[in-house]
Parts: sequence; structure tokens; C-alpha cells
Amino acid sequence: MAILNRFANPARFMRLSAKLVPWVGWLTAALIAVGLYLSLFVAPPDYQQGESVRLMFIHVPAAWMALFIYTNMAVASAVGLIWKHPLADIAARNCAPIGAAFTFIALLTGSLWGKPMWGTWWVWDARLTSVLVLFFLYLGYIALANAFDDPARGSRASAILALVGFINVPIIKFSVDWWNTLHQPASVMRAGGPSIDASMLVPLLIMAVGFTTYFFTILLLRMRADITARKIRALHIAQVERARPTPTPTPARA
Amino acid sequence: MLTITLFPFGVGPDPNTLARIAAGTIWVSALLASMLALDRLFRADHDDGSLDLLGLSPLPLELVVLAKCLAHWLTTGLPLVVAAPVLAVLMNMNAEGFATLIGAMLIGTPVLSLIGAIGAALTVSLRRGGVLISLLVLPLYIPVLIFGVGAVDAAVYGLDAQPHLMVLGALLSAAIALCPWASAAALRLSLE
Repeated sequence: MAILNRFANPARFMRLSAKLVPWVGWLTAALIAVGLYLSLFVAPPDYQQGESVRLMFIHVPAAWMALFIYTNMAVASAVGLIWKHPLADIAARNCAPIGAAFTFIALLTGSLWGKPMWGTWWVWDARLTSVLVLFFLYLGYIALANAFDDPARGSRASAILALVGFINVPIIKFSVDWWNTLHQPASVMRAGGPSIDASMLVPLLIMAVGFTTYFFTILLLRMRADITARKIRALHIAQVERARPTPTPTPARA
Repeated sequence: MLTITLFPFGVGPDPNTLARIAAGTIWVSALLASMLALDRLFRADHDDGSLDLLGLSPLPLELVVLAKCLAHWLTTGLPLVVAAPVLAVLMNMNAEGFATLIGAMLIGTPVLSLIGAIGAALTVSLRRGGVLISLLVLPLYIPVLIFGVGAVDAAVYGLDAQPHLMVLGALLSAAIALCPWASAAALRLSLE
């Protein structure tokens, strides 16, 4: 665990992330630009779904990100609880809003895609229900973490919640195999390799990598902001301590 | 029970409609009954300091949590299981579903108490924790609801309820093993 210890220093993290953020930021912009161009103009329309298949290039990477970020959150929570790594709690806490946003995007684009394809905005099948549960888990995590006055205790409480809720992630992944669902089964990450053509697979993967670098950019920015906010809070407390008049000592009675 | 009696007023007394939603409404009322009592699980002990004493005692905190869950179940789950046939009659459920309803609720309601204990333990030191418990605990209750209703509906329609009951049993075994551990960890957090 020496490598974890090396990166436990917040000051070192601030220096590293300051150098890293512009790179991942520009990489994100490039990947998403290329991905969007390929998805919207180069990828062929589906033989059955026509042009509305292009929603897949946002919906699927967003859903992948929702699961990926929750896994990140759970791992960071575990590291924070077990080894008390100082940056793990901050990382987990700042993953949550990004994950919630991606889950919402996945649900929204899925609903928009479902109306022309399935004829309905929503259906209570296993995949959609478990992703909705994931969304509520994210919201519960954010609510719990912010409910405590002491941010450290809030992080630890939500860490327990994140670990308890992690059972939902494999349920989501395998829900289309275990239940008879309206949502289609896995076409990319399955035994036997992807079953979609390269002309659609490549833009999909580029968008997925682009979303991942976007997540890292935003996560680093949020963590930097969080660490700076904590420094400000500590400075405020120190200022209040200094300003408080020290009580004059009473003379001892003989 | 009162919630169940409200449903015929809400959706109309048509027997077929009531029979269709019977399993679901009984299970949802079990969920709500369990959830509403969760706040009291640890809060009174936390407020008067006995939670600190329990944490210091040689008894493992996990066993304390288990005992509290049992008490919670005896006061919320068990009365509902006993009242379930009456509620099923009120909601015009088919007679085939009765035995499965009682069996599924016997297995499922302890799971609700155990999972609820995690939520209660996480929020025990918060002033307004009661509202938050529902948000935390509801996503985790949903699998129990799905399989509980699935079991009863399967029995009513003449299908095999065994798979659903098996999964409920699995949820119960997992809950008994894991939930006290998570709740105790959360309680230790608030004892610091």
C-alpha cells in the first residue's frame, strides 16, 4: 500500500491535479468532439430503428458511467473506511453528484429512446427499475453525506451506505439475463464478444472513453475545490479561535 | 391496516380491481409499517445515553442490533403477518394466495426490519434523521417487495411460488448475516 501512502498527501494531490486537469480536460473535449461527429454523421442509421438509434451513443456510455462511478465510489468508500486514507473520503463524496447526473441522463435518454422504439416512456422491467434504484441510492448518499455537520463523519456514514448499496450494481448488469425484460440484452460486454458492427462500435467506445475522461476531469476539479473549501473552513476556525478573548486567570485562594 | 382499508375507498369497490392490487397493497403497507417504526429503533437509546453503554458492554454490538431487530419485527412485522389473512379478505384476494401470503410475509418482514436497522443506525445521531431514513432504506426494500409480491401473485394465478420464496429466503439469510454487521459499524460511527 506504499503507493496509496505516497498519494495521501493533499498538497501533493493539489500539485499533481493542477498539472493533470488541463490535459484530461482537452482530451475530453477532443474525444467527445470526435465521438459526436462519428455518432451523428458517420455511423449508419439502423435498418430497423432509423436515425433514432443515435440516442444509443449517449444513452449507453452514460449508463456505463453510472455503474462505473458507483463502483469507484464503493471502492473509495471501502479504502476510506479500512485504511482511513484522507483523500478516499473526499473522492467518494465528490463522485456521487457526477454519478447521479449520469444516471439521470441515462434514464432520460433511455426514456426518449423508448417512446419511438417501444411505444412507452417508461416500463417497470428489471433493468429500468434497478437503474432507478441506483439513482435513489446516489441521492440518498448525497443527502446522508451532507446531513452531518462534520464532513468527515458524513463521509464515513455514506461510505457504509455506498458499500451496502453496491449489491445493486451486479443486479443491474445481469438484470437483462436473469429476468425477461423489455430492455435488450447485452450487446457489447458479453461472453462471445461484442455483437454490434464496428461502424457503430467505434463511435460508441470513443464516446465511452470521452465520458470517462470527462468524469475524471470533473472529479479532479471537484476534489480540488473540496480540499480548498476545507482549508478555508480550517482557516475560519483558526481565525475565530485567535479572536476569542482569553479568560483572565483567577488568583488562587489560600 | 388502516391504509389497506383506505384503498377500496380510493380505487372503488370493484372486486376485480381490488384482487389485482391486493398483494401489492398489503406488501406496501408492510413496508410502510416497518419504515415508520425505524426511527424509534435506536434514537431513544442514543438520546438518553444507553447506546454508549451498549457500545461499551462486552456483548458484541452486532448481537445488540439483532436483538433490536427482533423486537422491531415482533412489534411491526408479526402483527401484520397475523392480520394478513384479514387484510387479504378485505382486498378480495383469491383463497389460493393466503398461505403463500403468510409464508412470504413471515420470511420477508424480518428482512425489512434488518435492512431498516442499517438506515436507522446511519441516521441515529442526526436531528432530522427520521425523514432521511425513508430515502436511504426504500431503495434497499424494493427487492423484498418485488419478490414478496411475485410470490403471492404466482400463487394466486396458479403458478409455482417456490422460486420467489427461495429468493426471499436467500435475502433473509444474507440479511441476518450482513445487516447486523453494517448496522453495528454505523452505530460505532455515531458513538465516536
